[in-house]
Amino acid sequence: MKYQPVIGLEVHVQLLTDTKIFCGCSTKFGAEPNSQTCPVCLGLPGALPVLNKKVVEFAIKAGLSTNCSITPRSIFARKNYFYPDLPKGYQISQFEDPICQWGWLDIKVEGEEPKRIGITRIHMEEDAGKLVHGELSGPGDGSGVDLNRACTPLLEVVSEPDLRSSDEAVVYLKQLHQIVTWLGICDGNMEEGSFRCDANVSVMPVGSDKLGTRAEIKNVNSFKFVKQAIEYEIERQIDLIEDGGTVVQETRLFDPNSGKTRSMRSKEEAHDYRYFPDPDLVPLVISNEWIERSRQELPELPEQRQQRFMADMGLPLCDAEVLIASRSLADYFEAGVTAGGNAKAVGNWVMGEITRALNDSGTSIETCPVSPEQLAELLKLIDNGTISGKIAKTVFDEMWRSGKAPHLIVEEQGLLQVSDSGAIEGIIDEIMAANAGQVEEYRGGKEKVFGFFVGQVMKASKGKANPTVVNELLLNKLKG
Amino acid sequence: MKITVADVEHVARLARLELNLGEKELFAGQMDAILGYVEKLNGVNTEGIVPTSHAVPMENAFREDITKSSIGLEKALANAPDRSGSFFAVPKVIE
Repeated sequence: MKYQPVIGLEVHVQLLTDTKIFCGCSTKFGAEPNSQTCPVCLGLPGALPVLNKKVVEFAIKAGLSTNCSITPRSIFARKNYFYPDLPKGYQISQFEDPICQWGWLDIKVEGEEPKRIGITRIHMEEDAGKLVHGELSGPGDGSGVDLNRACTPLLEVVSEPDLRSSDEAVVYLKQLHQIVTWLGICDGNMEEGSFRCDANVSVMPVGSDKLGTRAEIKNVNSFKFVKQAIEYEIERQIDLIEDGGTVVQETRLFDPNSGKTRSMRSKEEAHDYRYFPDPDLVPLVISNEWIERSRQELPELPEQRQQRFMADMGLPLCDAEVLIASRSLADYFEAGVTAGGNAKAVGNWVMGEITRALNDSGTSIETCPVSPEQLAELLKLIDNGTISGKIAKTVFDEMWRSGKAPHLIVEEQGLLQVSDSGAIEGIIDEIMAANAGQVEEYRGGKEKVFGFFVGQVMKASKGKANPTVVNELLLNKLKG
Repeated sequence: MKITVADVEHVARLARLELNLGEKELFAGQMDAILGYVEKLNGVNTEGIVPTSHAVPMENAFREDITKSSIGLEKALANAPDRSGSFFAVPKVIE
């Protein structure tokens, strides 16, 4: 029998606010354990949570960017359960009436038709604290609780079970990741847990319309692991069913070392969270004016920008896709074009030399030592024949090192392109004299030798000879 | 609606409460009386009435995203039954 996987994703997006969702404690990562806490996030009796307005603004932006409707009146709820990292014995979340609902993202897996993935809801909630094991200074082998992370603002983005393969899941996830980092509402750091994903996976016979029992996989903190975890889980469920077993609804943990998922028995107790409206937090009412204001403030989104790069700047799809990888990269590219660079050329340099140099030096585009304006100037020097494309790479390396303007480097190092036919002819004559054998070969019909001569002339001129002039003169002279 | 001892046991387990049989029977009766009282609402026509989530007519209480100083590590841990360095110490929790 053939099986059809059915996948839905729940993504937790940690918001880039300075303070926690319900108190003024800092959200900065890496502080001494429990030093960023107060009665609210410690869950002390009598403390009152007050909602951080920025969290609401970020949630609205996320909703508008994923085609959601913004709920005019939404409320917070208590989700009740016991765990050592949850100081109050409940998590403040949203249950009924979340802030965003009924959205979608259009995804496209390479080689397949585009597909619309529904977003059921986006809600705001607080994070729990962090448990540590085996790194305690005191005696004993217990666990430690750090509540610095408790009350950190999260958005939970819940998709419809519309995904049908691990590839679709990864494309959807990458697209969502790009949107939240582009909006500047999340740093997107998956290793530090700023963007984390739980996957609900089930399988059903192809052609069936009855969904199978699903397992929820937790702890998948990279795109690669999401793919691995889903694929392992699909195989596991199919094997189980084929062997006559049944899939049980449970929470499973992905283990990156083995690439497998395993049951989390501790979470097996029936999920009975007894949600109820949190009386400490008054309803959140969002007016149409507020929504419109947020819409005005939205940056141009990756999808729209890609379209504009293609339509207005004439870039091919493959270039436009790469250049919108991040907002900073797209900004850099666009600044280069605004400074007078030819779009196609700027794009090639950004995707080529700049990306290579950034990777080699481990820097990011935000701190690129060559400004987009300097890059545009370099490209102009190529365009107007001042330097050759080959020399431009040498100039670029020097710009990267010294931060100097390209025309200064060209002057200082004498890198001006030689287009003077007299000088080039002289070089050609010497090389033809020194390689009489090859000249004969060429004249005997072996035209491939032409490339050898071009190479020799460029080498002799230290890359400064104008290639067009070289080609033209060589052709004449070799013909004899 | 009739609250049974089994219902009380379920809720008690969720709340991590240990009750003896006498208490379970006592609470079953009390909870049944409370829910029976609230159940009177089912006899009222509530068509078109939005369920009440909050008892006070207030909305949109916000704070700005401005950092306030925390209370400090020592105060944070002052009431902890057990600590280990800067951490609250709890029995081993391992997945």
